Amino acid sequence: MLNKLDAALSFHQNALRVRGQRQELIAANIANADTPNYKARDIDFKSAMQGAATGISREAFNVAKTSSQHLNGMPLQGPSNGAPGASLFRPIIQGSVDGNTVDMDVERNQFVDNAIRYEASLTMINGQLKKLLAAIQGQ
Amino acid sequence: MSLFNVFNISGSAMSAQSQRLNTVASNLANADSATSANGTPYKSKQVIFGATPSNSPDASGVKVLKVIEDTAPPKVLYDPKHPMADEKGYVTMPNVNVTEEMVNMISASRAYQNNVETMNAAKTMLLKTLTIGQQ
Repeated sequence: MLNKLDAALSFHQNALRVRGQRQELIAANIANADTPNYKARDIDFKSAMQGAATGISREAFNVAKTSSQHLNGMPLQGPSNGAPGASLFRPIIQGSVDGNTVDMDVERNQFVDNAIRYEASLTMINGQLKKLLAAIQGQ
Repeated sequence: MSLFNVFNISGSAMSAQSQRLNTVASNLANADSATSANGTPYKSKQVIFGATPSNSPDASGVKVLKVIEDTAPPKVLYDPKHPMADEKGYVTMPNVNVTEEMVNMISASRAYQNNVETMNAAKTMLLKTLTIGQQ
């Protein structure tokens, strides 16, 4: 039963986690808009979600398990370089002489887009929880 | 939790930008200071930003690596009545480019505002997250 509840909510749980990581990356890009030689980074949301859905324990650290029902350890950070969902460098649209590749228009756009999608996931989780509660309480 | 790290990152950028604004204020205030504590004209100061690692390996914050003195040549002004004038009547004035500093000021203030907005967005998202499961 608990497993099914977990499965019902895990998609949006992963989505929120990846959205949170992406928001952090975009915030770092905006913060470093004036830093010489800073290269803007982002994650490919699709591959990050696929990576999160296919196996969250892929890069998990090993924890000692004394029972088969124990869960695997969660990865502390996002995937490392090369893995699906790892952070990539944004293509340069208009380079600048100081080597900075942050395009504030792109970053602001992606930041707002990501925030709205994060809130959409939250709304959907709330909807799922309401449905579950309605089913449990039978009202 | 990655969203909390947004506060660290944006906060570091805000303090770096405010230090930049500080040097702009110092440069503009001393644009006409023909002498300083060591007897030479004031030299324009500029901050150098650098990315600094944050709690997450991919997202970096900002810090001021160093404050350098502008190497631009000083302005020379002909004013024989000035007490600092040399024997030919020329006064060496600071190398502050006022136009450049005004542009720098606007850029720093806009960058600061951007980071405030980023922080507010992260705060809204976190507060919304806390309402999961509430009726």
